[in-house]
Amino acid sequence: MNRRLGTIAGLALGPLLVLAVFFVLPVTGMVARGFWPDGAFDPAGVLDVLARPRVHRVLWFTLWSSTVATVITLVLGIPSAYVLHRLRFPGVRLLRAALLVPFVLPTVVVGVAFRQLISEGGPLGGLRLDGSATAIVAALVFFNVAVVIRAVGTSWESLDRRPGEAAAALGASPLRVFTSVTLPMLRPAIVSAASVVFLFCATAFGVVLTLGGLHYSTVETEIYLLTTQLLDLQAAAALSVLQLLTVTALLWVSHRARRRQVAVARTAPRPRRPARGDLPAGLVLGAVVLLVALPIGALVAGSLQTDGGWSLANYRALTSTGSRDALVVPATQALLNSLRTAVDTTWMSLLMGLLIAFVVTRRSHTPAERRVRTTLDGLFMLPLGVSAVTLGFGFLITLDRPPLELRDNPLLVPIAQALVALPLVVRIVVPVLAGIDDRQRQAAASLGASPWRAVLTVDLPAVRKPVLAAAGFAFATSLGEFGATSFLARDDFPTLPIVIFRLLGHPGAQNYGMALAASVLLAAVTTVVMLAVDRFRVGSVGAF
Amino acid sequence: MLTLDQLSVRYGDLLAVDDVSLTLPEGEVLAVLGPSGCGKSTLLRAVAGLEPVSAGRVSFDGSDLAGVPTHRRGFALMFQDGQLFEHQSVGGNVGYPLRLRRRPRAAVAARVAELLALVGLDGYADRAPATLSGGERQRVALARALAVEPRLLLLDEPLSALDKTLRERLAVDLRSILTAAGTTALLVTHDHEEAFTVADRMAVMRAGRLVQAGTLSEVWEHPADADTARFLGYASVLTGAAARLLVAAAGLPEGGSASPVALRRSALAVQATGPLEGTVVGATLAPGQVRLRVDVAGLGELDAVARTDVPLPPPGAAVRLAVDVTRIAAVGPGARASGRR
Repeated sequence: MNRRLGTIAGLALGPLLVLAVFFVLPVTGMVARGFWPDGAFDPAGVLDVLARPRVHRVLWFTLWSSTVATVITLVLGIPSAYVLHRLRFPGVRLLRAALLVPFVLPTVVVGVAFRQLISEGGPLGGLRLDGSATAIVAALVFFNVAVVIRAVGTSWESLDRRPGEAAAALGASPLRVFTSVTLPMLRPAIVSAASVVFLFCATAFGVVLTLGGLHYSTVETEIYLLTTQLLDLQAAAALSVLQLLTVTALLWVSHRARRRQVAVARTAPRPRRPARGDLPAGLVLGAVVLLVALPIGALVAGSLQTDGGWSLANYRALTSTGSRDALVVPATQALLNSLRTAVDTTWMSLLMGLLIAFVVTRRSHTPAERRVRTTLDGLFMLPLGVSAVTLGFGFLITLDRPPLELRDNPLLVPIAQALVALPLVVRIVVPVLAGIDDRQRQAAASLGASPWRAVLTVDLPAVRKPVLAAAGFAFATSLGEFGATSFLARDDFPTLPIVIFRLLGHPGAQNYGMALAASVLLAAVTTVVMLAVDRFRVGSVGAF
Repeated sequence: MLTLDQLSVRYGDLLAVDDVSLTLPEGEVLAVLGPSGCGKSTLLRAVAGLEPVSAGRVSFDGSDLAGVPTHRRGFALMFQDGQLFEHQSVGGNVGYPLRLRRRPRAAVAARVAELLALVGLDGYADRAPATLSGGERQRVALARALAVEPRLLLLDEPLSALDKTLRERLAVDLRSILTAAGTTALLVTHDHEEAFTVADRMAVMRAGRLVQAGTLSEVWEHPADADTARFLGYASVLTGAAARLLVAAAGLPEGGSASPVALRRSALAVQATGPLEGTVVGATLAPGQVRLRVDVAGLGELDAVARTDVPLPPPGAAVRLAVDVTRIAAVGPGARASGRR
């Protein structure tokens, strides 16, 4: 039995080492700076931070915006999930794929698109939403509605119809069937999606930074401001610790909610034609499509305009370094950097994610073994709970001296991004591996297959598609990652989101036009990757 | 020959298999019979090397199997639901253990065809498992398990997932396939009819312990205790004075202090000259016979049968009953001693 624990340890050793060096060390390093400001332990100073009025405002705004955005996302997402996954009409597949796009759009791009939409002179400039909380919430909803549609929709489409039909036969109205039968069966998916959306909203960085200006700040952007502008590491550490604890608690609650879920009978999806009663849900879907289409439309239209005329000048300018040399390298070079980084990120997160998924899904023979696996599973979810900014800054201050002098290592950015993408990869692969009946492997073993051969026979065919999908998500995550990358990317090797952010910060119409064009380019590349992934139809995205 | 020597398997605080000793001679089929949760599947999995043994020994042909991993034991395990590899064809599944042993391709194909013929699935090699019925899937699983002539075949409730008619037919087929191949097999089941059809020997388990073991007739004719008798399909067990009365009515010699007696449902038959008398409580018509509940004087309410060519007796009717000695069995520890260990 100790040999089995030894095998777990052996397989998990690599990922654990990576996690220790590139996650635990930087984060604790960052936190330690706050708790030991001048070499002396000063926890009172950290607690004082939490008493500041501005910190209260920031906490309240984070909580408020995340809650409101989550509720709106659910209200819009659940009816849309119904229409897109229970009904059958021409173009439904295309629509489904199109609505997945916002989720993988780089946060910076979303921010730029909304600014373009609501800024003075933009299509909705008259509403005076620029720099308002409404704009931030709208962008958060835009970003996350795909999570709800995806998670709830895939659960809904395979839901057994017969319990609902039984209720109807007993005299329940359609509404009653929904509230008393369908909704309870969907509850695990909804709870899980809601907690993921809340998590994403509460830790959103790029969107808030580009839309909130100086007026609105969430915990995440506040950590950024405190660290980079005000150099108040004590306050930044306090907020980081608070964020880590809160997110860990949230993940735990969502984990518990999923464990309590009852087994629901699954059937092959059988979508039906829309009927008159589906109209309200259809209208909600229409609103969602509008919400998604407007900013993207504004972004694309804006990128094609210069000085009152339509032209491709903004795109042609991407090969330059911008007006007044805003950039060190041309935007096209940054795109190549992004792609190269994404390739490295993908293989790193896949390698680690597969090892972890493999270790945590093996059948446990003893309670001790099960505890080890559960702990490992939770441990590798931690990067979700840590601000990418904290991680990025932690890299800077801890990996800068021997034996870990990695500041100029070209793999530093991919490693950080791989840690950000890791939970996503693990969450896609784990349900698939866990869903394999262990007796398949036992049957193979009893027929003479070695453990390694049993993996090839049973596990590999099952995870082939999910692994490709996970690769796509890791790739897209890397393309859009901004929080950690903004700290780590070298000036002469920026990724495209960094370039976009820099262009936004420099004055000049040409720079702004270039930012729009670069955003469209980044969005297009990400979309192509995601549409390729969507062909694999993996339903577990967002099941944290 | 498989030998289990004081085998125990523990799950945390639960002793799933408790001090079980058994032997299975080469070429014979042993059925381990017991209600669900009695530890019989755990026993099978321990033999396969899938559960760690907490005490005792599993050995085969005299060599201890402790430390020998599942895939080196030379056994084959067939699950209740087959556990076919869905992404491989039927032929791919059956040939899987052969390919593991690097048999030449032509030899694999020939052997697969031979095995599919053996289980009655000629020409199914290219089908996908998903297109098969439950019975066909189990046949494929059996063919796969037999492919390399395992020195021991382990069958975990192989027919339980099938409907009754199919189960009965497949049990007969399974018996003839196993005897034709001379396979040594350990079968785990909760269905005594399946055990009787397929096995040569039987072991009854309850709550992790071995209650009784022996040949089919030893166990059948002398169940170790009342619970075992009921599990083997005996309808009721009589004790004390009632047992003595029944033995006398059956015309059997009274063997000292009377042991309890187990009765099949058809142990009592309506007969005008029968030695027992009773009052009909209820009657139902079954194919080929009439089934009665009769309140028998001195014995209590029992099952009985009547021929269908007489009118259905109404409740309250007085009937006389005779005892069919082939359908009763003496129960008790004395009986257990006669079973070979």
